[in-house]
Amino acid sequence: MNLWVRITGWLAFVLAAGYMLVPLFGMTEFSLKARRGVYSLDAYARVIGDTEFQATFGYSVTLALATIVLGVLIVVPTAFWVRLKMPWARPFVEFLTLLPLVIPAIVLVFGYIRLYNTSSFLPLTGSAAGTNLLLALGYTVLALPYMYRAIDTGLRTIDVPTLTEAAQSLGAGWVTILWRIVLPNVMVAVLSGAFLTFAIVIGEYTLAALLDRPAFGPYLQRIGTNKPYEPFALSVISFAITWACMGLIQLATRLSKHTKAQR
Amino acid sequence: MSFLTIEHLEKSFGTNRVVQNFNLTIEKGEFVSLLGPSGCGKTTVLRMVAGFETPSTGRIVIGGKDVVNLRPNQRNIGMVFQAYALFPNLTVADNIGFGLKVAGRPRAERTARVAEMLKLIGLPDLGDRFPFQLSGGQQQRVALARALAPSPQVLLLDEPLSALDAKVRVSLRNEIRAIQKKLGITTIFVTHDQEEALSMSDRVVVMHGGRAEQVGTPFEVYNRPATKFVANFVGMLNTLEADVIDPATGRVRIGGTETSLRRALPAGRVTLAARPEMIALGVQPGRDTILEGKITSVDFLGSVIRIRARVDGSELAFDTFNSTDAPPPAPGSDVRLSLLASDLLLLQDP
Repeated sequence: MNLWVRITGWLAFVLAAGYMLVPLFGMTEFSLKARRGVYSLDAYARVIGDTEFQATFGYSVTLALATIVLGVLIVVPTAFWVRLKMPWARPFVEFLTLLPLVIPAIVLVFGYIRLYNTSSFLPLTGSAAGTNLLLALGYTVLALPYMYRAIDTGLRTIDVPTLTEAAQSLGAGWVTILWRIVLPNVMVAVLSGAFLTFAIVIGEYTLAALLDRPAFGPYLQRIGTNKPYEPFALSVISFAITWACMGLIQLATRLSKHTKAQR
Repeated sequence: MSFLTIEHLEKSFGTNRVVQNFNLTIEKGEFVSLLGPSGCGKTTVLRMVAGFETPSTGRIVIGGKDVVNLRPNQRNIGMVFQAYALFPNLTVADNIGFGLKVAGRPRAERTARVAEMLKLIGLPDLGDRFPFQLSGGQQQRVALARALAPSPQVLLLDEPLSALDAKVRVSLRNEIRAIQKKLGITTIFVTHDQEEALSMSDRVVVMHGGRAEQVGTPFEVYNRPATKFVANFVGMLNTLEADVIDPATGRVRIGGTETSLRRALPAGRVTLAARPEMIALGVQPGRDTILEGKITSVDFLGSVIRIRARVDGSELAFDTFNSTDAPPPAPGSDVRLSLLASDLLLLQDP
């Protein structure tokens, strides 16, 4: 590689990194200026001490976990079946799973409200539990592109038909095959999808706000309009959560014993 | 009554009939190979026995029970795949014990059986390894142990040696045969490698175009091929065009040489065949037919030298043993070849 190519490469890297990191640095620096003249963690302390923060964050974490479980229950068998028995249907399924990227969340939520309002055949919005379920289902749809792609990529790394047939010849039924063979072998992919889902759900605003649920996204927005330093502290916390999720994906990949040979 | 009976088995994918009127009976403890080129339907037959494909028509009876409508996990059939198909997330011991665990056998019984299987395949200390930590040969041994652990009534081997290098392939095929004999398990082995099929099997089924062209012992299939295809596919074959002079006595003219096969032949022009080992260099005592030709090539293969000679428009290949005292003839030189006419095979279409 000649010197000019190396210099250009590094220059591009520094510019891109600067583009990403300078605003983050500015935001973090500002969030530490709650006390005049010195850097402090006062804004963080106030945010974390806020009972509403704890309540909304706890709510969103619970919903994220429910979304992950729903997503895994829907996507793993679907992707497995498409790969095993219906490879011709793959483009259609991929198209379906990509729809949430094309259809805005606001369209989705208005559709939900219209379909599941109190005078509909399934009045989910008529109760808190029903609305929570609706929100979890909505989040599952929003996370579908990430969850499906992650799991489908994971399935691509193993010989699904042969492993399935091997398990069947040893007496295993579909549930055993999915639970004991397929899921453990795509666990890293499932975790990747799960952490991405978690990151999406934690900061999601539109569905939660329009369904009027006490989630972290609307809380972020509310704080942003009323206080000077706390919104920046919250943004830093949100970034930290997202990065922690990314780090956990990497960690899961590294710690996965049986996939070492494939890397 | 046979232990495994396949009757009038057919399989079509759309308009493509990949298996046609396939019939086979296998005795308990027998090792039968399905031999044929790619696309001949041998794997489809195996997969129908395993339950991974549903026959279009026909019956598969194992131990007196028709299994066609049973799911693969209800058939108690062990299978070894070409690509090993070990579960990557499980250790060797867990792989071997998988079938027993699915069957709900107690832990103590599982542990003992896994240890027994590991010993059987000669890997008693590798139970804690993961599949990726094993060589190809070791992985296939583990796959064999896994298939055998639940004591299946039939063992199916789908080209289990194809992915291995030549040396491992030879040693593993001997091991597989030894284990099969020791356990006395009824086995169907699919291969396109005639050497594997001939060396391992009690009987060989030569398949072509979805049909069984010949079923017989390796000796029968090699020495008395039933069809032109079998003769060409199994072993190396030299063909000679001959004119029948006297059909009753089998007198024929091959090029400028007249000889007698001493058996009845159809009138007209026939295709005769000779295995390389039937042809000898020079005039040899006890051989009644002498052919004259010209050497076209000499290939030194170590202990054996393969010589090709052109005789009356046909090219004949034959082998001689390497000898430091007698160097092989040079290409282009004239030679006389001798053979016993009664050994010649008559090639016929089915």
